[in-house]
Amino acid sequence: MYEYFQILGQEIYKILFLLVPILVSVAMIVWLDRRVWGLVQKRRGPNVVGPFGLLQTLADALKYVFKEIIIPASANKTVFILAPIVTMTLALIAWAVIPLSENLVLSDINVGILYLFAVSSLGVYGIIMGGWASNSKYPFLGAIRSAAQMVSYEVSIGIIIINVLLCVGSLNLKDIVLAQQDLWYVVPLFPMFIIFFISALAETNRPPFDLPEAEAELVAGYQTEYSGMMYAMFWLGEYANILLMCAMGAILFLGGWLPIIDIFPLNLIPAPIWMILKILFLFFLFALIKAIVPRYRYDQLMRLGWKIFLPFSLIYLILTASFLFFFDKLPKGNF
Amino acid sequence: MSLIRILKTIFLIEFIQGLLMAIKEMFKKSKTINYPFEKGPISPRMRGEHALRRYPNGEERCIACKLCEAVCPAQAITIESTERSDGSRKTTRYDIDMLKCIYCGLCQESCPVDAIVQGPNFEFATETREELYYNKQKLLDNGDRWESVLSKNIKLDKPYR
Repeated sequence: MYEYFQILGQEIYKILFLLVPILVSVAMIVWLDRRVWGLVQKRRGPNVVGPFGLLQTLADALKYVFKEIIIPASANKTVFILAPIVTMTLALIAWAVIPLSENLVLSDINVGILYLFAVSSLGVYGIIMGGWASNSKYPFLGAIRSAAQMVSYEVSIGIIIINVLLCVGSLNLKDIVLAQQDLWYVVPLFPMFIIFFISALAETNRPPFDLPEAEAELVAGYQTEYSGMMYAMFWLGEYANILLMCAMGAILFLGGWLPIIDIFPLNLIPAPIWMILKILFLFFLFALIKAIVPRYRYDQLMRLGWKIFLPFSLIYLILTASFLFFFDKLPKGNF
Repeated sequence: MSLIRILKTIFLIEFIQGLLMAIKEMFKKSKTINYPFEKGPISPRMRGEHALRRYPNGEERCIACKLCEAVCPAQAITIESTERSDGSRKTTRYDIDMLKCIYCGLCQESCPVDAIVQGPNFEFATETREELYYNKQKLLDNGDRWESVLSKNIKLDKPYR
């Protein structure tokens, strides 16, 4: 019994070591997002609280904590409260398998990518629950849109992941990174990287695919009825999800923690820093895109997902498979 | 769709152009200012907070002609006057309800002796309504505080009046 508690204590310590930096970096990333957005529009962005405004998000979070949580009279109370908790939990538990370096990973499971994919698919539940339980028009419409959008783009993300897995021959995230030691998959699978990136935008409800929270039509989509800390949790979960998608992109295509080329000055930089730099690079692109694109129409979004991305990634999958087969490059894993 | 358009769509040409432009714009000087610490330029004709001016010898300029009271479209000005012992007519009461005022500048234009003027100050927000019911004393204090700027602005704007 004592041993059990000891192990539990060790695990909690590890989990905290993972979660606290993630929550802090989510706060920083929100600041980065707003700052980049402001700079592109030649504004200043948040620059008052703390150095360069870095503590702006913490100030916002504090404001949310002290605000009253309003639960609409006609809402389904249980589901309404559960929805932001589900969103945030799902966004955070996925980080358990993300390797920051060869040894720096909370749980090195063999089906890491499958777990990641499953958890990010579940993320839609938080949104649907929130939209449905609010018992109001706009949240419901937002939730329906979000469900359809996330499900459609998950299909093409799945096929893109299969593309990568064909080259690796393993579902372990560590193996996926180590297989890119000679060549990052962004080079041979470049079109897939682009499609993955765009699908990731749709998956995380970022502009130009932010239809679920299209403020011009739906007020704030599924978040309309939420206030105070519950809103903040939705918001935290959303940004943690964005960060997760960036991490996924970095692992699948940009060689995770590997340096650009394995030569003297570059391989001195510790592995986690490389990983963080790659995540930041992808997030920077996310933020830039938010600043430059208008919102898609709903039918355009669906057309892009089903009529362009899905067939294209399927064709590319066949191409990859035939290339690997004919040139005898299929990975010979220990099956 | 023409072939060029199709190619442009497939290779996301316009999208990449947009991205590059966004990156270029990021390094340009921002158009906004850091407001409470930096302030934008203000025209000498700025119609901000009111002030009652004095002559250099300390005598009030206002002669209680009540032209401003008559012209005020929002009826924000209330004036009461009396004859002083030296025979001149002066105000005993000069109130402006800054909440009624629409800052049109007609009082300033109607004043024959440049007594009531609108200065360059626009940062006089208060926490209660009562603080914005200005009386004669408050307006004269404003005039004393802003006199150097006010006289300069009047001189600068003179050719256009």
